[in-house]
Amino acid sequence: MTAPNDLRYTRDHEWVRVDGDEATVGITQYAADQLGDIVFVELPDTGRDLEEAKPFGVVESVKAVSDLFAPVSGEVTAINGALASDPELVNSDPYGEGWMLKLRIASPDQLDDLLDGEAYDELVAAG
Amino acid sequence: MTDAAVKGHAVLETPLADRHAALRARMIEFSGWRMPVQYTSIIEEHRAVRERVGLFDLSHMGELIVEGPDAGPALAGAVVTNPPALAIGRAHYSMICAADGGIIDDLIIYRLAEDRFMVVANAGNAQVVSDALAERLGSARAVLDDQSLATGLVAVQGPRSVDVLGPHTDVDLAALRYYAMAEGTVAGIPAQVGRTGYTGEDGFEVFVETRRVGELWDVLLDAVRSADGLPVGLGARDTLRLEAGMPLYGNELDAATNPFEAGLGRVVKLDKPGDFVGRAALERVAADGPKKSLVGMTMEGRGIARHGYPVHAGERRTGVITSGTQSPTLGVPIAMAYVAPADTEAGTALEVEIRDARVAARVVPLPFYRRTT
Repeated sequence: MTAPNDLRYTRDHEWVRVDGDEATVGITQYAADQLGDIVFVELPDTGRDLEEAKPFGVVESVKAVSDLFAPVSGEVTAINGALASDPELVNSDPYGEGWMLKLRIASPDQLDDLLDGEAYDELVAAG
Repeated sequence: MTDAAVKGHAVLETPLADRHAALRARMIEFSGWRMPVQYTSIIEEHRAVRERVGLFDLSHMGELIVEGPDAGPALAGAVVTNPPALAIGRAHYSMICAADGGIIDDLIIYRLAEDRFMVVANAGNAQVVSDALAERLGSARAVLDDQSLATGLVAVQGPRSVDVLGPHTDVDLAALRYYAMAEGTVAGIPAQVGRTGYTGEDGFEVFVETRRVGELWDVLLDAVRSADGLPVGLGARDTLRLEAGMPLYGNELDAATNPFEAGLGRVVKLDKPGDFVGRAALERVAADGPKKSLVGMTMEGRGIARHGYPVHAGERRTGVITSGTQSPTLGVPIAMAYVAPADTEAGTALEVEIRDARVAARVVPLPFYRRTT
């Protein structure tokens, strides 16, 4: 499994796609596979301010509940409403249709703390 | 933390560990055993059992043989049911309780012969049940033989179970009734075949010697796959039993809960002759009514109720969730909970505390799912 190189990653298995001052956030293929069948995603309302490394929502598989952590600070500008009815999109297309939210990046410096694809793959390989 | 960790024992490996590794199963620690939780996907495995057929490794379960001229009456004094009333080759659901009526474990008791019974206990409780039975048999002319490690157990469950098992056994499956057991061979291996299960589907549990359970698994897995079925892990076993409204020890049942609270009062044979451990306490509960009652609930708001989440009736905290999941068959979140007896009527509106929010839920009759054929 290889993490796409155009994304940045947290050690908590979220990914970030940066486009100007906007970041799209989701969870990685590895995280989705580890969780198994995802049946529920709880996301914040748009307009809420997220704080780097703080929980912003939860993703639930049949068996388990896991927190989602904000990769960087910022205001939520959009959430993926499709996940309310089709949470399995996170399993089937974690880097595409399974995206979770978009936020306006508050501190671009925080992006420097994120991993690139290669470093993330190493993190996963190391267990 | 598992029971084994608490006791400082090593984690036990199922005799099918190499099969599970070859199938790339995800393994977890459960009741002191390393067991497969899923092979592919819990939802796919769940659906395979509901619609077709699934194969389960249940070698972790405890099998206790009680044998001797007094085996029947001695067991009747040890558990809440009346095993001497079983016909040979039949089984019933039972429980073993403490003197205060609290549930030590839930059991399936098979009558194998006039003076020979098999008590199947949950893996995590097998030792406790074995110890309690040994003590309760006392000086009766009956001996307890813990065959748990010497016995391998595989279950075939789902509407195609007869088609899968039939060609590989000399047991007349058509004549084998629900909760009956027959001796014969499966895949040429001496076996006891019970028409029992924990999924809400038709199915069979096949008990063989541990050293031959690998052969049995290989033959039955081929047969299951040919019938478009799947090997099924503990994850789907849990969602299947929950939809079927069946209790799980550690969730719905524990030492602080009596059978009447768990909705299992009908299992307790207060009219059987003689005393049994827990009788006095359970007679009081039967007369006074339980202090809490197990109910089924479906969520009406967004969110999945999980074990331990508080349940509220208006401003009053009424109880706690024991098990909850997204039902793969119904497509909605379902849960079981203990609530105050006043809040048990079907249709009652309750709220589940999920993280910081209160989410609307409604009491519904159990089971959530009942097979139609």
